[in-house]
Amino acid sequence: MNAGVLFDAPGPKARRRIRIHAVAATAALLTLVGFTVLRLSAKGSAWELFSSPELQQRLADGVLATLKAFALAGVGSLALGALLAAGRLSRCRAVRWAATGVVAFFRALPPLVLVFALYAGALPPLWSLVLGLALHHGCAQAELLRAGIDAVPRGQTEAGYAVGMRGYRVLATVLVPQALRTVLPTVVSQLVVTLKDTSLGYLIGYPELLHVGRLAAANTVASGGHPYAALLTATGALYVALCLALSALARWIERLGARGRG
Amino acid sequence: MHVPLDLLDDLDLFRRGFFGTVLLTAVSAALSLALGALVAACRVCPVPPVRLVGTVWTALLRNTPVTLLFLVAVFAAARIVGVGHFALAVGALGCHTSAFVGEALCRGVGSVPLGQAEAARSLGMTSWQALRLVVLPQVGRAAVAPIGGLLAALTRNSAIAGAFGVTELFAQQRRLSAIGHDVLGVFVWIAVAYLLLAFVISESFRLLERRLAVAG
Repeated sequence: MNAGVLFDAPGPKARRRIRIHAVAATAALLTLVGFTVLRLSAKGSAWELFSSPELQQRLADGVLATLKAFALAGVGSLALGALLAAGRLSRCRAVRWAATGVVAFFRALPPLVLVFALYAGALPPLWSLVLGLALHHGCAQAELLRAGIDAVPRGQTEAGYAVGMRGYRVLATVLVPQALRTVLPTVVSQLVVTLKDTSLGYLIGYPELLHVGRLAAANTVASGGHPYAALLTATGALYVALCLALSALARWIERLGARGRG
Repeated sequence: MHVPLDLLDDLDLFRRGFFGTVLLTAVSAALSLALGALVAACRVCPVPPVRLVGTVWTALLRNTPVTLLFLVAVFAAARIVGVGHFALAVGALGCHTSAFVGEALCRGVGSVPLGQAEAARSLGMTSWQALRLVVLPQVGRAAVAPIGGLLAALTRNSAIAGAFGVTELFAQQRRLSAIGHDVLGVFVWIAVAYLLLAFVISESFRLLERRLAVAG
């Protein structure tokens, strides 16, 4: 963080104060962590349940189901986003208005409302989830892609026309490659949101990670209670790991692209 | 499109859902702004362990689905008796959004040029004056647009509360669909309500942004 704006460079007194506060805060944190670990290990058997191969298999199935829904919804949203972004940049006014209307409509709706309407309209859970998420996040992606294309300097388009390219040729070979580089981080954070939103499948009975975790907790009895705390922690950790992995993948791709440009 | 008029018979359900969403969003927004300011303060704090708390809070809540937070809240409520569905929903939504608000505020701090603080110091302002009169107004201005987007996302996330016992638009969509109204008709009505809310939020933030903007 740019802390220079907020604080002057610390002098000897301030440095001593920071050190004292750091020691106090570390002590407080360690106490808190220690207390939590103690409380959780007091009910030790709740954690032993993760050594059961059956539960591991169930959680792995849940992760796979989440990834399947995410892959379909992610690809769908990117394809729809590209299509709608092209529509919004079209030279035909009717196409532009239609694309703008669709984007504004589906972006403002909660994905859950969409997913539920599809589900209540008798679509199977997986496809309600995938279609609903692809529609909502596709419109969000369209907005990001369009902003990226708008941000490419105007001279690029003019240069394209000047060498005799046509509208869509300019878009495909000049604007999109440049825009993709700048929008990649935001597109990936939208994909992370898509990944998190697959958990809406829990509410319509699609057996994704959250559903599996919740069900496993309800079906298991460990040390006289259901191990909700343990399983929710584990599912949460898996979601965090998946999202961080996706972000890391994006950073890796970004680095590859930067090297290619060398 | 055919909008079935018999939904008008259940207008009261719809109205309660609408105001439920408005109230839930407003209260969660207040909580998320307060918590978000705290998270941002932690993340720029010169004391390393405090910074760590802010970073971990952000990383955890940004990468967990809201539905999971709701489940955690429900599970926690089984122990703390006397906390209603509404309070749980506010807690889950507020905590989730606070991570993003903290991030937006930190970016705002990062966008203030160092020269601003140096100029304030060389005018003889105390650090509190420099913060209050020079730095924070610029942080606020930079953060208004992203926070508007976050509140729009919060409105959309608030629909999940409907699945956990709060009376709001999504809950009423389920109820109206279940009592036999046309699924598409109900969807259109609910969609119109959400569109209205999104429009109001984006317009008021655009207005706010214009009010706060400075010449040049």
